[in-house]
Amino acid sequence: MTLADILTSLFPMGHVAEERDGLIFGRGTLPGGDPIQILGVVDQTALGVEGALALAGRVLEIAASADSDPILVVIDSASQRMSRRDELLGLSEYLAHLAKALLLAETSGHRTIGLLYGGSAAGAFIATALSTGMLAALPGAHPAVMDLASMARVTKLPIEVLTAKAETTPVFAPGLDNLAKTGAIHAIWDPARPLSDQLAELLASPAGDDCRAQLGLDRGGRPKAAAISARVIAEARRG
Amino acid sequence: MTALPSGLSWLEASARQRLAALLDPGSFAEFIGPEQRERSPHLRLFDLPEQFDDGMIVGRATLCRTPVLVAAQEGRFMGGAFGEVHGAKLTGLLRAATLLGRDVLILFDTGGVRLQEANAGELAISEIMRAIVDLRRAGNRVIGLIGGRAGCYGGGGLIAGCCSALIVSEQGRISVSGPEVIETNKGVEEFDSRDRALVWRTMGGKHRYLIGGADGYVADDPAAFRAATQSALGRSPGLDLSMLHAEHQRLTRRLARFGNARDGTDVWSTLGIADPDAIPGLADDDFRHLADACREVADDAR
Repeated sequence: MTLADILTSLFPMGHVAEERDGLIFGRGTLPGGDPIQILGVVDQTALGVEGALALAGRVLEIAASADSDPILVVIDSASQRMSRRDELLGLSEYLAHLAKALLLAETSGHRTIGLLYGGSAAGAFIATALSTGMLAALPGAHPAVMDLASMARVTKLPIEVLTAKAETTPVFAPGLDNLAKTGAIHAIWDPARPLSDQLAELLASPAGDDCRAQLGLDRGGRPKAAAISARVIAEARRG
Repeated sequence: MTALPSGLSWLEASARQRLAALLDPGSFAEFIGPEQRERSPHLRLFDLPEQFDDGMIVGRATLCRTPVLVAAQEGRFMGGAFGEVHGAKLTGLLRAATLLGRDVLILFDTGGVRLQEANAGELAISEIMRAIVDLRRAGNRVIGLIGGRAGCYGGGGLIAGCCSALIVSEQGRISVSGPEVIETNKGVEEFDSRDRALVWRTMGGKHRYLIGGADGYVADDPAAFRAATQSALGRSPGLDLSMLHAEHQRLTRRLARFGNARDGTDVWSTLGIADPDAIPGLADDDFRHLADACREVADDAR
């Protein structure tokens, strides 16, 4: 699905959106007539200091407003922009700023829903999709921490070996299904059904604590994370 | 504040040595210690050695008699990288701190996500960031200490960006994409990772302190880290919308002021430093004295 198709299916009552410099900003109307804010990264754009700052600025505007509009974050990005200039300026702070803005918007009463419909990777993925309260994805989305070819260089393993291992373990291999198994993605939407209904279902489910470790356990992608965290908490409280 | 040197290099020390030298003697009690042998369930797939603490040490302690929870990464094991167990120990510690109302110290030493368990590591970083935000919203501090051999790269840089205060030494590097990653993806013309001086000027502790990317600059010495940590425990902990608005203004100003700089020396020159080429060679006390007169600061805007 193209982004235009996706937005049309999400908002049969209409939406407005403007794209600039690989970012999107807009507003849609939910079936009940309530507004929802739209922002995100489009066209496989790498997220650099300017983009992260612009997105965070919009999130902070929304968070400061008196209403409680939910925020839909749509994502088809590359990784963080890899450049000497971005790192000189402290890209880590800009990406963390965006992540904090999204997390604080959620706790300020604005539900944040991520929709991964294309690519995303590494720091850009953490600062956008993974910083929303709930993350949905469409089939064909292709998140990756790192592609297998780069991974082969870093781990010094032949790509054939990595490809074979990727078939038996979801924990390191790129791809939507592998990431979903670890608990990162709450729902993979069905493009044959109206996306508006599927968004309504997510918005109707209660916002809550971070349950991704439990999801990862239930789906078999992260066997230990939930139990390890719980044991640390238990030992800390015992003292 | 000047602390008596301990003779131990923070850079060279192991994570356990750092903890022993940083905290009140005998005060550290570990959670899920190595005797419990909680190893990575994934490394054996790659025929890689495991470690009984998975490179992450967490527990409770006191620092100058203030109770804290503390986490330390062992950069000598898998480059201090975040895997499933490694990350989950820190997530649990942060959530425990929210329940107990404790401040947390994180001794970073990490190359980022552990690629052999990349999906689990990436998600662990997001869970840690969310747990830090929750802990700070509850009114507690998270202080990051950065001066290890592996630096603070990748997702580690994003976690550091969520802390309420950061303390760095000259050797501490904070960045998302490391030099090798930039060079591999964009070519040696964009970043020559073998040019160590360029690495320090772009992401090293002095540069980060000058642009307000860190709040404390210390010598490569546990006693100096301890004194600066004690001071940071007195800082305002809060994370709310007004703080984020202040951070937004701070980062907007940084981009406007330094956005055209090509090198660290251009940034330092803009700050008003007459001889920017001399910065890398300055001794720690001389550097701090010079920097404190002109640097950007992040007070209550982090």
